Amino acid sequence: MKTSYLANKFIPVSTIVILIGVFWYVVAVPMNSDKVSRQFKNLTASEHILKCWSLKKPKLPTPHQIITEMVNTTFFKKISSKRSLVYHGWITLQATLAGFFLGTLLGILLALGIVHNKAMDLSVMPWVIASQTIPILAIAPMIIVVMNSVGVTGLLPKAIISMYLSFFPVVVGMVKGLRSPDQIQLDQMKTWSASSNQILWYLRFPSSLPFLFASLKVGVAASLVGAIVGELPSGAIAGLGARMLAGTYYGQTIMIWSALFAAAFLAAFLVFTIDFLQKITLKRMAIIR
Amino acid sequence: MISVSDVNLTFETNDGPINALKNVSMEVNEGDFVSFIGPSGCGKTTLLRVIAALETPTEGRVTVNNMTPDEARKARQYGYVFQAAGLYPWRTVSGNIKLPLEIMGYSTSEKEDRTRKVIDLVELNGFERKFPWQLSGGMQQRASIARALAFDANILLMDEPFGALDEIVRDRLNGELLNLWARTRKTICFVTHSIPEAVFLSTKIVVMSPRPGRITDIIESTLPKKRNLNIRDGREFIKIAQRVREGLKAGQTEDVF
Repeated sequence: MKTSYLANKFIPVSTIVILIGVFWYVVAVPMNSDKVSRQFKNLTASEHILKCWSLKKPKLPTPHQIITEMVNTTFFKKISSKRSLVYHGWITLQATLAGFFLGTLLGILLALGIVHNKAMDLSVMPWVIASQTIPILAIAPMIIVVMNSVGVTGLLPKAIISMYLSFFPVVVGMVKGLRSPDQIQLDQMKTWSASSNQILWYLRFPSSLPFLFASLKVGVAASLVGAIVGELPSGAIAGLGARMLAGTYYGQTIMIWSALFAAAFLAAFLVFTIDFLQKITLKRMAIIR
Repeated sequence: MISVSDVNLTFETNDGPINALKNVSMEVNEGDFVSFIGPSGCGKTTLLRVIAALETPTEGRVTVNNMTPDEARKARQYGYVFQAAGLYPWRTVSGNIKLPLEIMGYSTSEKEDRTRKVIDLVELNGFERKFPWQLSGGMQQRASIARALAFDANILLMDEPFGALDEIVRDRLNGELLNLWARTRKTICFVTHSIPEAVFLSTKIVVMSPRPGRITDIIESTLPKKRNLNIRDGREFIKIAQRVREGLKAGQTEDVF
């Protein structure tokens, strides 16, 4: 058990992490070289390289700079401080979860309509697909502006953008999942003269759960992207998106990257949480063993 | 009990109409064990599905307990056992058996009583809390039969329920099915493509042929109602099996030669 974890997870993953790290440090030298040459004269080659890895506003910050910044802004700032990464992450997480909830709800409702109603089956799906061909960056400012004009600001407009991105995988997965029972199971229900509500509750919905969880994993990551994108055009002052935007204004590349890393860790945490819920749910249902 | 008269059923397909059933007429009396036998494509499963109101005939009249098949279905007059056990993987054996009872709105105590009774009938005692993946194919099919017996239907429709099982298990389940039939006094319609199975089980054998699906012979069995596996070596048994084989051959000639 332990050796297989080592061989199957730890060694391959850490190998890739080390390779990326080495590549990163190598690339950081030419990227930051100009700036070092301008600021410092008469450096030896090794001093030059060390400077490339420790500039205050580098073009490409190195991993240890980003990690140091993240540790500082996560653990050594008060959580309520505007400089705390936890504070910004929490703002984004709230919008993400609200949008994810709304998106999942919308996705499930649309899927139920598509599966149970012939007219919806024929008419809704093209619109659902079309909705995802519009670049979110184009539609996000419009949503923010329109909602602002009716006095809705803060979390909700960002949640709507999150919802817009996350409902799609849920619709697609749930339609497939609700249709996954085979003909024998449906015929069987018919021989028992079951109502369509009973078929939904006893057969279609449980059958769809593996599909739902797969969709939720994609959906929650999309929700986070939506929340961050929602923070960019709104001139928001809080949230990971706002942090990235502030970083670009002031040339604070380390700040941008640490916000980016925070977003990545947040996404990984959310996906793993759903993965965990999936495992215990499906195990309890004896669908996986 | 079940009466089928002059039934025609045509499926419209992309390759043109297919005559699944042509001028099919037959009767099933109360307490009968009727087998439908024939090669694939002869319409035996289709005929069973017509009786169960899972298909609608193009022409002809079918009555089940003096109702139309659809009324009989809505009144839950029959239990249907499919080729695959079709158990729900997330329900235990007893959970699966309770499923139709839940759908039909039986009370909790009634559900428990009936589940216990049918688990006894199919001899699955001790497996109530097992999940389908923990059972062999034969046990899964027994659970599926128990599920079809759990509610008060006096007709049992079975579509090749043992088709996917090996012969040893099949023989045993055939014997158990006869016992079950004797104890419950249900009327059973049984689709199969095995001649010994049909002869061993049935009081009446309906021999069918394909293209178009039709009945070539109806044989009233002369075997006693109480049987065991040994009768398969008797003269009576061999004579009936021979007649079934001839019926099957008669339907084939135009095809083969």
